[in-house]
Amino acid sequence: MAEGPDQAGSPGGEGHARWVRLSHGIITLSVLILAFSGFEILMVHPRLYWGKAGNDLTPALLELPISRNYKHGGYDKPVPLTERASGPVSANRTYDIFNENGWGRSLHFLAAWFLLLPGLLYLLLGLLGGHFRSHIWPRVRDLAPRQIWGDLVAHLRLRIPAASGGPRYGLLQKCAYSFVIFVAAPLMVATGLTMSPAVTAVFPFLLDFFGGIQSARTIHFFTSAVLLLFVIVHVVMVVRSGFRRQIRAMTVGR
Amino acid sequence: MKEKEKGTSGLLTRRGALVAGAVAVGGVLVARRFPKILPPTCGNVLRAGDSFTYGMQKALLSDRALVKEYRPEDLTSFPATGTTDPGANPKEKELSESYRRLRDAAFADWRLPVGGRVAKPREFSLAELKQFPSRTQITRHSCEEGWSAIGQWTGVPLSALLDAVGVLPSARFVLFTAYDGWIDSIDMLDARHPQTILAYGMNGRDLPIPHGAPIRLRVERQMGYKSMKFLRSVTVTDKFEDGGEKGNIQLGWAWYTGI
Repeated sequence: MAEGPDQAGSPGGEGHARWVRLSHGIITLSVLILAFSGFEILMVHPRLYWGKAGNDLTPALLELPISRNYKHGGYDKPVPLTERASGPVSANRTYDIFNENGWGRSLHFLAAWFLLLPGLLYLLLGLLGGHFRSHIWPRVRDLAPRQIWGDLVAHLRLRIPAASGGPRYGLLQKCAYSFVIFVAAPLMVATGLTMSPAVTAVFPFLLDFFGGIQSARTIHFFTSAVLLLFVIVHVVMVVRSGFRRQIRAMTVGR
Repeated sequence: MKEKEKGTSGLLTRRGALVAGAVAVGGVLVARRFPKILPPTCGNVLRAGDSFTYGMQKALLSDRALVKEYRPEDLTSFPATGTTDPGANPKEKELSESYRRLRDAAFADWRLPVGGRVAKPREFSLAELKQFPSRTQITRHSCEEGWSAIGQWTGVPLSALLDAVGVLPSARFVLFTAYDGWIDSIDMLDARHPQTILAYGMNGRDLPIPHGAPIRLRVERQMGYKSMKFLRSVTVTDKFEDGGEKGNIQLGWAWYTGI
């Protein structure tokens, strides 16, 4: 049956609904800027920790060689900070670190608003209009191991069917989109907010839930790595399944 | 077919109305608590983003919520970054000379002028500040660089000091200067917050010089750089003021760092 875009966000395999295209455009731009500024912020302190606190004078979980600040070691001799000689110490930093967080942080948070507000609207419309139920959420009866295995093998052999330019989506595709929309993106926002002292003053359970500000920062980093992997696979699939048609479907909607 | 189209458009309208209604109600609630005075953007889109974040956090979050306080066994090592001794700071010759004199006399001659839009401007010595009822808190210092450290701070709540000088009703901001040349301000909500203190003690001892002796500010709901070290003066203002060319905004940094 030929008809215009339905209220669930599907124009019957002929491009995407306008609100899907619009939020996809804004969120794509926002995520690219978030990744760029997020990497700059990580360069300033390329050490990750687990727990309530962590700094150059405490052990790291992971150190990343991504800026001149990596293992710079530019500190004076440590002095005790309490009466206990084996207790916490202080040391003066003598190294002139790389730090572009003046624009890096502000750009990150500006871009985050363009993820959060359109993202919330997207979730609202997707839930109300049935887009998630009809197109994104995998059906329980499709989640049989044999079907998942079959789809996985087809993907690994890069046997990607030509796309219709919009929903219906394949099984793995639905699983990937559901993971990004309902798990990874909310986790990025929640761990990001856990690093905000004004937010955790009002919602201290965020600190307890993630095990501290530094654990939240570490989860924020690893989730961003998973999302980067998603973006790469997503782009490969778009190219393999008919690049021009897919881009047209997500931009002009035809 | 006609009937179906009718049904679809009816659904669309209902959904549109629901979304528009939710957005409108949310917008009105946010607008009512959005601050009237925003920091200047100096034509910079990033500073406009900072102002939006400031407004949204003020509108959506409680004014009085306290940050988490930790236990003594949670204390961690604490790097001293930025200026670690204003007495050896070649960039601020005059301030450096004054700080050296105060430091060498164990801060006996140090005075903190508190003025601006107040009824009774006056100066406080270190001994006078210590006569105020003190507050001790174990809190996390979160640096914009990405690290954090937990320390115990003892000092005078800034609100007690503001009450002692009688803040005028029109006052909105509090501006601080420091012996390392730093100038910055906070709004009256943060200034009046119970955990905003002028700290003279750290981890049960006198505040060490690298951490801001004799007095540093603690603004616990913002990033570490708002908790200025080596305090020199306190000025209450009606209008937004952050030090102009020496302030964060013109130096390219966010004035509000609750995130």
